[in-house]
Amino acid sequence: MMKMLTVDTNPIDCYLRIDRIPHIWCAGCGIGPATGCFIRAIDRAGLNPDKVSVVSGIGCSGRVAGYIKLDSFHTTHGRALPFATGLKLANPELNVVVFSGDGDIVAIGGNHLIHSARRNIDMTVICINNFNYGMTGGQVGPTTPLEARSATSPYGNFEYPFNLPYLVAASGATYVARWTVLHLRELERSIAEALAKPGFSFIEVLSPCPTVYGRQNKLPRGLDEMRSYQERSIIRDGADPKDVELSLNGPIVVGKFVDIERPTLWDCYQQMLGRASKPKKR
Amino acid sequence: MPKENVLCGEFFMNGDLACAEGAISAGCRFFAGYPITPATEVAERMSERLPQVGGVFMQMEDEIASMNAVLGASWGGVKAMTATSGPGFSLMMENLGLGVMLETPCVVVNVQRAGPSTGLPTLVAQGDMMQARWGAHGHYEIIALVPDSPQEMFDFTITAFNLSEKYRVPVLLMADEAVGHMSEKVVMQRISQKELVNRPRPKVAPEEYLPYDSKEGLVPPMAIAGEGYRFHVTGLTHDERGYPVMTAEAQDRLVRRLVDKIRLNAKDIIRYEEVNVDDAEVIVVSYGISARIARYAVQKARDQGIKAGLLRLITVWPFVEDRIRKLAPKVKAFVVPEINYGQIVREVERCAAGKAKARLVPHMGGGVHLPETILEAIREEAR
Repeated sequence: MMKMLTVDTNPIDCYLRIDRIPHIWCAGCGIGPATGCFIRAIDRAGLNPDKVSVVSGIGCSGRVAGYIKLDSFHTTHGRALPFATGLKLANPELNVVVFSGDGDIVAIGGNHLIHSARRNIDMTVICINNFNYGMTGGQVGPTTPLEARSATSPYGNFEYPFNLPYLVAASGATYVARWTVLHLRELERSIAEALAKPGFSFIEVLSPCPTVYGRQNKLPRGLDEMRSYQERSIIRDGADPKDVELSLNGPIVVGKFVDIERPTLWDCYQQMLGRASKPKKR
Repeated sequence: MPKENVLCGEFFMNGDLACAEGAISAGCRFFAGYPITPATEVAERMSERLPQVGGVFMQMEDEIASMNAVLGASWGGVKAMTATSGPGFSLMMENLGLGVMLETPCVVVNVQRAGPSTGLPTLVAQGDMMQARWGAHGHYEIIALVPDSPQEMFDFTITAFNLSEKYRVPVLLMADEAVGHMSEKVVMQRISQKELVNRPRPKVAPEEYLPYDSKEGLVPPMAIAGEGYRFHVTGLTHDERGYPVMTAEAQDRLVRRLVDKIRLNAKDIIRYEEVNVDDAEVIVVSYGISARIARYAVQKARDQGIKAGLLRLITVWPFVEDRIRKLAPKVKAFVVPEINYGQIVREVERCAAGKAKARLVPHMGGGVHLPETILEAIREEAR
């Protein structure tokens, strides 16, 4: 007789708010797999989950904070990074992770992104890039490829998108990587590396959005976009970030692009404290 | 932190600096801000003082970031503050609302200047009083204090922290350029730990903790990040678990509690000062720098035999409704000098409910009232 092996719970259930499942994400969406990678990466990096805080903004990816059973903050649109900055500086022991989307982190929150990278504050940013605003129904954004269709670019996008790794590296990030949700093992390893690394770490995660982005761009099923990632992806660790820009149908360069050492904001703050004067006695 | 690093004694300093020292005395150890006239001196003082007392000063990229960093720091377990003026205050509004929704203790100082827009950056006004009340979207209650001197910039900053910790709500210190920039004697008492209020903390194990449980009262105990509670908070309408619930019923329960925790405690929160109101026929209702001039005008009126009194608002929000209602039948009129074209006068008029006249004495900003202007209004209403 065949022996049945059953388990009551998934080993990563302890990191999830199971009472909130099912989640709101569409079938074929890449945010779920990316969230799984993040959770496994916490284990892989050997972090104490009680000391990990997740901060999200608004949007589909902004809902990640609500499903993860850690101290988690669902803030306002674009403002996860400055909220996380206050949290981290109030308690530098915390491992602070910002998990949100491209519209949130790069469009409305773009100023905070470059300034957080400039400061080299010790935190990890996981930025889901699905090339559009998913939650509001698929509008154009600063990551939408030139000529891609969206609800507000019905004749094709006429604006150049950001090359996120280039932007963030130029702003001062010490760890920059890009993966797609097809590259689950690499992504998990990369997040674990970023979590353990001091300084500002940024991981762009390309993710299918079949319901709104895919449907408008001849990739109507999640699998279509995954297949396109498979066909177009080139792993090139150490690639110069300025050479990794994305286009509608061109190659997708993935890998770890930046992994350098630079004193963090907190290191510099501690140094400054040594120079602080004593209060003047009257 | 060494005690001697908190200043005590008598000083001659301006209101902005006194505000910063009040914050240090109140236990504030995080400041995030952005330079703006006439509030910059608060940030400058904090950048010098916080490193001396083991705190963190951050100059952020804008006021939106400043407000958010303050909220984040509060959830990291540190008393936190920002200071700004009109344009920055406008930028903070959305996330002031987040602070209300997450029930985050913190203090926001607005050293008011004349608007709208860039207005008169270096000159006084009291034009943000209604923005303080209603500036963020949605329905909520807030606490706002108005200092009338550098001494009160020190004292009320401490009060503001205490109220924010007690009620888990952002508290606004609605100063103005005149009070922020004038230098006077400031007596800094040693503030003992007993005088400082700290937010209610969870007494249950993490498994039993509900972030917005109101069984024990309207202000739920607050866990902070990193203690093992593994809580979730969201700006979405949420239930006692902190989980989003998109229903009218959840909205009803939450908004009622957010409002009621202030409304039903108004007696504990509201502070005001009265001068000669008992037999008064005309009462001047004023606040901040305008109240100092009003006080002089009331004295002059008394000298001329007019039964005038002063009701000085220390908290403008929540409003002193009950007191105005009680006084209205006994007086001919309330005279309301304020450096705007009529904001608090609307509240006075509403509470007077036709039983007494509410007479606005406006000033568009850029200066303060002449005592004679207020005196003339008192005289006319006393006739």
